[in-house]
Order: sequence, then C-alpha cells, then structure tokens
Amino acid sequence: MRRISADVLVIGGGATGTGVARDAAMRGLWTVLLERRDLNHGTTGRNHGLLHSGGRYAVKDPVSARECIEENRILRRIMPHCIEDTGGLFVVTSSDDPAYGDRFKAACDACGIPCEEITPAGALRREPRLDPRLRRAFSVPDGAADPFVATLATAESARAHGARIYRYHEVTRVVLRGGRVSGVVARDLVNDEEVLVEAAITVNAAGAWAGRIAALAGCEVKIVPAKGVMVALNHRLVNTVVNRCKPPGDGDILVPVGQVCVIGTTSYEVPDPENYGIEAWEVALLLDEGEKLVPGFKAARALRAWAGVRPLYSGEATAGGATREVSRTFTLLDHETRDGVAGLLTITGGKWTTFRQMAQVTVDAVCQKLGVARPCRTHLEPLPGSERRDYHRVGAPLRAVEGGRQAELVCECELVTRDQVETAIDAGAVTLDDVRRSTRLGMGPCQAGFCGYRAAGLLHERRQPAVQEANLALRDFLQERWKGLLPVLWGRQLRQARLDELIYLGIMNAERLDTGGRKSPLTDFYLQQAESSAHGVEQPLTGGGGQERHG
Amino acid sequence: MADVEATLDACIKCNICTSYCPPAQVTGAFPGPKYAGPQAQRFRSPREPSPDASVDYCNGCRVCNLVCPAGVKIAELNARARASLFRDRGGVPLRERLLGRAELLGRLARPVAPVANLLLHNAASRWAAEVLLGIDRRAPLPRFANRTFREWFSRRGGRAREAAGARFTTGRRKVAYFHGCAANYYEPHVGRAALAVLERNGVEVIVPEQVCCGLPMLSNGDFDPARACFQTNLRHLAPVVEAGYDIVGTSTSCTLTLKAEARELLGDDSEAARLVGEHTYDVCEYLMAMHEAGELDTGFEPLELRVAYHPPCQLNAHRIGHPATELMAIIPGLEVEESGAACCGIAGTYGLKKEKYAVGMAVGRPLFDFVKDSGATVAACDSETCRWQITHATGVRCLHPIELLARAYGLADGQA
Ligand SMILES: Cc1cc2nc3c(=O)[nH]c(=O)nc-3n(C[C@H](O)[C@H](O)[C@H](O)COP(=O)(O)OP(=O)(O)OC[C@H]3O[C@@H](n4cnc5c(N)ncnc54)[C@H](O)[C@@H]3O)c2cc1C
Ligand code: SF4
Ligand code: SF4
Repeated sequence: MRRISADVLVIGGGATGTGVARDAAMRGLWTVLLERRDLNHGTTGRNHGLLHSGGRYAVKDPVSARECIEENRILRRIMPHCIEDTGGLFVVTSSDDPAYGDRFKAACDACGIPCEEITPAGALRREPRLDPRLRRAFSVPDGAADPFVATLATAESARAHGARIYRYHEVTRVVLRGGRVSGVVARDLVNDEEVLVEAAITVNAAGAWAGRIAALAGCEVKIVPAKGVMVALNHRLVNTVVNRCKPPGDGDILVPVGQVCVIGTTSYEVPDPENYGIEAWEVALLLDEGEKLVPGFKAARALRAWAGVRPLYSGEATAGGATREVSRTFTLLDHETRDGVAGLLTITGGKWTTFRQMAQVTVDAVCQKLGVARPCRTHLEPLPGSERRDYHRVGAPLRAVEGGRQAELVCECELVTRDQVETAIDAGAVTLDDVRRSTRLGMGPCQAGFCGYRAAGLLHERRQPAVQEANLALRDFLQERWKGLLPVLWGRQLRQARLDELIYLGIMNAERLDTGGRKSPLTDFYLQQAESSAHGVEQPLTGGGGQERHG
Repeated sequence: MADVEATLDACIKCNICTSYCPPAQVTGAFPGPKYAGPQAQRFRSPREPSPDASVDYCNGCRVCNLVCPAGVKIAELNARARASLFRDRGGVPLRERLLGRAELLGRLARPVAPVANLLLHNAASRWAAEVLLGIDRRAPLPRFANRTFREWFSRRGGRAREAAGARFTTGRRKVAYFHGCAANYYEPHVGRAALAVLERNGVEVIVPEQVCCGLPMLSNGDFDPARACFQTNLRHLAPVVEAGYDIVGTSTSCTLTLKAEARELLGDDSEAARLVGEHTYDVCEYLMAMHEAGELDTGFEPLELRVAYHPPCQLNAHRIGHPATELMAIIPGLEVEESGAACCGIAGTYGLKKEKYAVGMAVGRPLFDFVKDSGATVAACDSETCRWQITHATGVRCLHPIELLARAYGLADGQA
C-alpha cells in the first residue's frame, strides 16, 4: 500500500476543505488533502454564486449575518478576481409586505451591513427589467462569486505553501489506533489502488457527506442533506443581485453570475446527498417566483437546472455536550471531547461566503491540539490570480479573446480557448467535466453541442490514449450535460437539444461509441443522475409536491 | 416590437450565419455574426466599457438575419454594439461622423457643386482625405448634381401633377415620395424617373418635407443625430400618412430604415413610428403591388438590352422578394440576369474606409465577376452606394431599375 504522512489530513476538496488546507499550510503545517472526485465536485461547484452581504440573514440570524459581512469584506480584498461587484438589491414587490422593509433595514443596521433605501424609480433605473410595481428597494453590498475559480486559487495557494492535494482519492476507512484517529485508507480511483494516509489530526470537511466520514470513525454526526435547485437563464436579465425583501423562502434570489442569471433556490430534505433528481414542480416554482421579480422571466430561455445539497447539521446526537456551536451557520465538532475519539475534527454547515472563517476556526483548533502558536494569515494574503487587484468583469473573457484569439475558441459560448483546454488536460483532468470546472467549457447556451467533440479530440491529441478512452470521455461528458438539460426541455432549449442530438446521435453515433466496456470513476454517477431527473421532462406547469421544507 | 436583445436567446449556435456572412468569408478581422451578435452580447454589460472592437467589421448587410433559422436580430445587435463601442472609446470618430452626414455635405456642396466635385475627385484631395480621415483614396465617391431633386420639383411647380395619358382604374392612389439624400443631391434623375413612372400610372405624387433617414448615422454608430433625424421625419411624414398618402422611396436603405430599422435600433415604439413604418414602400414593391391589383400600365416599349441586375442586401432585408426583377421581366426585349451574389461590399460607407476598402472589394468580387462575365452593357441595382461600387469595380454603368421602367414608358428625361 502506498503511504503518505502529514501533520494535518483534510477530507473534502470543496471551499471548506481547500480553505482549511491553505490555512494549515500557511501556518507551516504539513498538509494533505483528499478529494474523492474533482475539486468543486460537491456543493461548492453547484451553488448559487452569491457573495452574501449578510442581508438575507439579518432579521432571523444576526450571527450569520455578521459573519457574512465580515467575510464579504475580506474576500473582496483577497480574491477580487473571483467576485463581480454587482451590488445587491432587496426589493419589496407588489406581493410582499412593505412593513418588512423597516425590520430589514433595522436589522441590517444592527449587524453593520451597509444598507440604504432607494426609491422605486432609482431601483428601476438601475435594473430596468424589474417589475415596475415594486414598492420599496434597499441596496446592500451583495456580489456575484465564482466559487470554481476561488477553490482553484485557494488550492494553488495551498500547494504553494507545501500542501499536497490528491483528487480522485476516496476515503473508505478511518484508521483508529487506541481511541485515536491516526489516518485513513483511501482508494485512488484512477490507478485503482489503496493509499494509507497517516496524520496527527484529520479534518473532516466532507460537506453533506461529513456524517458518513464521521461514521467511519464510529461517531454519529447527523447531517441532513437538503437539496436546493437552481435554474440558469441564457443571459443576464439583471446586473445586480436581486433579493426579495421578505422572510427567506424558495426562489427569492436572482443572481447574475458570469454570462447567465440564476434563480434559486429551494431547500428540501433528500435521503442521499449523491442521488437526487430535479422535479418539474421545483423548476416551475422557481420560474413563477422569478416572474414576480422580472416580468417575462418565464418566457426567457432556461439554460439548465441543477441542484446542490446543503449539509444541515441537526445538533447534538451523542453524549458529552461538547459540541462547539460556533454559530448557527457553521459547526466545528471536536470528536475528542464529544465522542472520545481523538485526532478528528468535523467542520460542517456554513456558507461559501464564510468558508475562510470556517477554515480559520478549524485550523485554530488544530494548532491548539498540535501546540503550534501561529496566527492565521489567510485574510491578509491575496490569492493567486488577484494580482490586478480588480473585480471580475462580465466582458473580461471577450476582451481576452479579441484580437485574433477568436480563431482558437473551443467552446464558443463561454469563449474558452484551445490553450485553456490544453492546460486543463495537461494539468491532469480525469474527465471532460473536470475541464469544464476549470475552464467553463460547455456551460453556455449549447451545453457542449459544439465543444464536446472538440474537447474530446484535444484530449486524444494531448494524451494519445486508446481511442476508446476518448470515446468514453465524450460519452460521460454528454451524459453529464444532459442531466442538467432534462429539467428544462421546452421552448428554445428544446430546440437546442434537438440540434445537439442530431450532431451527436445523428452524425457521430455517440450512443454506440466503442468504449471497450470501460468506465470512468464517474460513468455510473452520471447515468444514475440523469435517470433520477428523467421524469422532469415535461414543461412544468403546476407547483405543489407536498414535501416538507427545510432551511 | 420585438426586443432586439431578447432575440439572442433564440440562437442555437448553428453557424449558418457565419458561413454566409460576406465579410467573414474574406477577412480574419471579422469573426462573424454568431460571435459578434448573440455570442458577444452575453459578455456586454451596460455597466462596463465595450469589450469587443471586432464588431466594427460587420458591414450591416443583414445577410445573417436572412439566413438565421431562429430569428436572431444579429445585424441590429451588432449596430448597437458598434454605437456603444464608439460611445465608450471617446465618442464617434470624426470620419464616421462625416460619413454619416451625407445630407449636410450635400447641403454645403450643392451651391458650389462643380467646385465641390473638383475638390472631391482630384488626386491631391483624395490623398489628403485618406491620410487625414482614413477614407480610402480609391473608394467610389458620388458627384454632386448641379441641381437637386427638390429644386427641380419646385421649379416644376412643387405640386402633384396629372400625367398626360395617365390611366387609372380604382380611386386615385396617393404617394409621398421619399427621395432621401442620394436622389436629392447626387442622382436627381432617379427621383425624376420615379415621379414620371408613378404619375404615368395615375398616382398623385407629392414630395413632403424630409431629412436624411438616418441610416448612414446608424451604421456609423452615431445614434443620437440619427434619432433626431428620425424624429424630424416622423413629424413630417406621420401627418402625410394620416392624410392618406403612402410613403414611397427609391433607396432601399431609406425605406428599410423608415419601415423597421430605425424603430428597432433606436427602440422607438411610438404610434407615429408604427404608422410611418407600416405605410412605407420601396418603389418597385409599390409598383408591383399595383401590377398585382391590375393597376399598372404595362404598355411598355421594347428595350433591346441585356442587364445584369443585383438585388442589394438592403432590399433583401425588406423580405419582399425581388420586385424589380419581376417588373423588368414585363418589359419586352429586356434580358435580365440576376446576380446570385450576396453583397457588393460597399455597404453604405463601409467600403470607403481605408482599413475596410479591401474587405469591401473582396466581398464584392463574385458580383463584379458576374457583371463582367454577363456580357451586359448595363447593370442595375436598387441601392445607390451599391451602384457606385459596381461601376467603380467593373466600369459598367449601373442604373436604378426605375430608370429602365421610365425608359420603357418612353419617359426618359434628357436631364440626367
Ligand atoms: C443550493 C445551494 C445554494 C447555495 N448558494 C450559496 C450562495 O449563493 N452563497 C454562499 O455563500 N453559499 C451558498 N451555499 C452554501 C455553500 O455552497 C456551501 O456551504 C459550501 O459550498 C460548502 O462547501 P464544502 O466544502 O463544505 O462542501 P462541498 O463543496 O460539498 O465539499 C465536500 C467535498 O467532500 C468530498 N467528499 C465526500 N466524501 C468523501 C470521501 N469519502 N473521500 C474524499 N472526499 C469526499 C465531496 O466530493 C466534496 O467535494 C449554497 C448551498 C446550496 C446547497
Ligand atoms: S450584417 Fe452582414 S456583415 Fe454584419 S454580421 Fe450580418 S452578414 Fe455579417
Ligand atoms: S444562424 Fe442564427 S441560430 Fe444559427 S448561429 Fe447564427 S444567430 Fe445563431
């Protein structure tokens, strides 16, 4: 068995895990991170892309609200390139209670969130597509975030400080020695071999899967996976984050992220963080809510729907009472005091916006256990890529390809160049979906209709794998894109899907591509996900569903 | 009216537009309609400076709109993007402003037409215009007429007139003639031909007050003065339409602008704009409609002539077929060969610009070859700048189809 050792082992390559790895490495700890798939494969790569100002939580959860505004300021400083400074509006629409605006404003003031009431006319000047019947509007410093780039930059910084990050390494066993977690056994899914990782402290940052990891160490951590669905529209209908000014609910935030705008979310309990579908009524509900903000919303072209799972931590389960309830948004569990299992910490819950603070609190605890007295510096050092000290701009990718580089576009919708795709392939992408996460390949209107086969060709050219492997990469990718198209197959996106179908099935016979019976680590996952959503095909007309709401 | 920006959502990325776009076929400077239109639009934000300059290589021919299976208003997206580009980069450049103001130039030059022509067409000043303004010294520029169409018309009496021998069936048709800048300042003979043909058919023709339609400004990214022109025209033309007149023009570009282009580009959904738009016709379209109603005098004299006819892009954008082809087919003896070429390359003022002259000439090559190989002694085209470009590139004289109709009626005026 291959052996790796470290001071700190981090499980999970989402925002939280990479954040912990960076912080630990920056404090001079010898750090290893294991992620069972690609970085960002979990909730971090499926969220709404909102850099919270805290406004959303100000009324009901001031602790989270304060965390958000604090981190909002820090992230703008250390990773401006991952943030678009859209600003945010809280809008009292004609279906909301105008009195709530006063509570909202007072709560923001109390939490230190800069909040200013503007006139309805002012709001309409800023966002002309909003429903003109809006009654009140408040402006707050929300922003749009690119969690993909943020995680990659965080990982890069962690590596620069000596951390080793292993993707496609799935933790399958926790090694306990004398009541103490001494490390884990992981399966290297690409090379199909076992790896033993030994560490003084193990940090469980597996998000919605954190309960499963804890269970491997014999600890019960009750995590309820709560699914949230989002729908992206083909282009930005607003350039400001628009929130409904009312008690938080379903489908009440519209975020302009990159080239699309995303309406979200819902929050419903699912039995399994891995296997869930998107229901027609969920999509219908989101579109109905969007219509209340922007008339004509339902008639705009829906691009794709997807879902992420929130790790809802449901409080104390076992004896000890030693849970450290850091706040209602995130929770750090010390399994030594809580369950008598030393060497293991679980960090769960929280927001993308607060991941850095979650990491800081976690590594503070790690340092305390290891007797290391080095302060956190993650809020002081900017991340790689932020050298220009400037926010991300909508037009930046277009500006970058102007002047000749258009000729080498692989993904035309998202303006991804051949260079970028080759770099991602050479950096060890296992699937084309990995290339997507680091480049945005296939995320635009045609959903890989034209770039999928080009990228498969480049993969083959760079790596010279057996042709069946390139075939498999293409088929996996199509399957993955397809699952997000299924819930929005009507109107113009249906037309697009028909053209894509003609290209792949009619011209390329993609269904019957020879893959030599091969499977990638994700083949089954893609197939199963598409099946769970297969019944969402018809155009959603009615809401309902009778499931219990959470969050 | 359809929201231009919203049409980007219809794009299915099929690339048909790009494979038909004339400039994209001949230059790497223009990445094509799909890229510049629906694709780039997703990266443009009203809050940020314009990110792309290549859109300025779109010549506005609208071939893309015509072939797009999804109804994306690509050319309009591009025209708007060009306007924002100029706005963000220090305003509309001097050259573009100048080229947009054909009317002002005409008004200034008219009293001294012979001198102006001399100035405009000598090697030294063309060299200066190229160096100082970026107007290619080889590009075809028109000559100012000694007398404008309006001057001629007011000398004629300034009123509608009943032509001798006019024959009409139903109630008398009423037309307000939109001459535009070209027929007024450069080619009054086209206006006279149109008047003669319409009057021959018993139509009552008036010449309303009017200014430039604004298209040269719109296609040069200069939207504010274009808006002013359009408003002025609406003020003059809407009451005329209300009084029962149809607006008929001899420039397919002016009529397209009045019909739809200005409304869409400027986002004008006023009642006046709708009214004027719905009552504007290209002259051949109008005559063809009369013919279909059995109201056209088809007593043409034979014209033993072989004509190479090019339906211009602006005409295709009307989506009314090729009425001139059908009309000319009625003239006995006239042999008409229609070009299958997409675009002559001039696109109004595009091909005049130094960096775009070669693009324009390369775009027009298939058309020029067609004209030269057709063995025709004369060419025909409904759009003025295209006529000038065709003659410039081939040496073959180029007429407006209405001139051929006038001739076939025996109405050729000796004043051309
Ligand atoms: C629908 C939705 C919308 C949201 N929108 C926002 C928003 O707009 N703004 C905001 O601030 N926050 C938002 N959040 C919250 C935010 O996305 C999450 O809090 C955050 O991404 C969690 O990151 P994480 O690293 O803890 O979890 P994850 O990103 O899920 O990372 C956990 C990782 O652990 C890995 N893993 C699991 N099991 C194993 C194993 N056995 N071995 C190795 N690795 C393993 C997983 O593959 C995964 O990559 C949203 C959440 C949801 C659900
Ligand atoms: S208007 Fe003409 S030049 Fe412009 S993109 Fe369309 S086809 Fe090309
Ligand atoms: S022809 Fe129309 S649908 Fe096809 S790529 Fe061009 S704009 Fe898109």
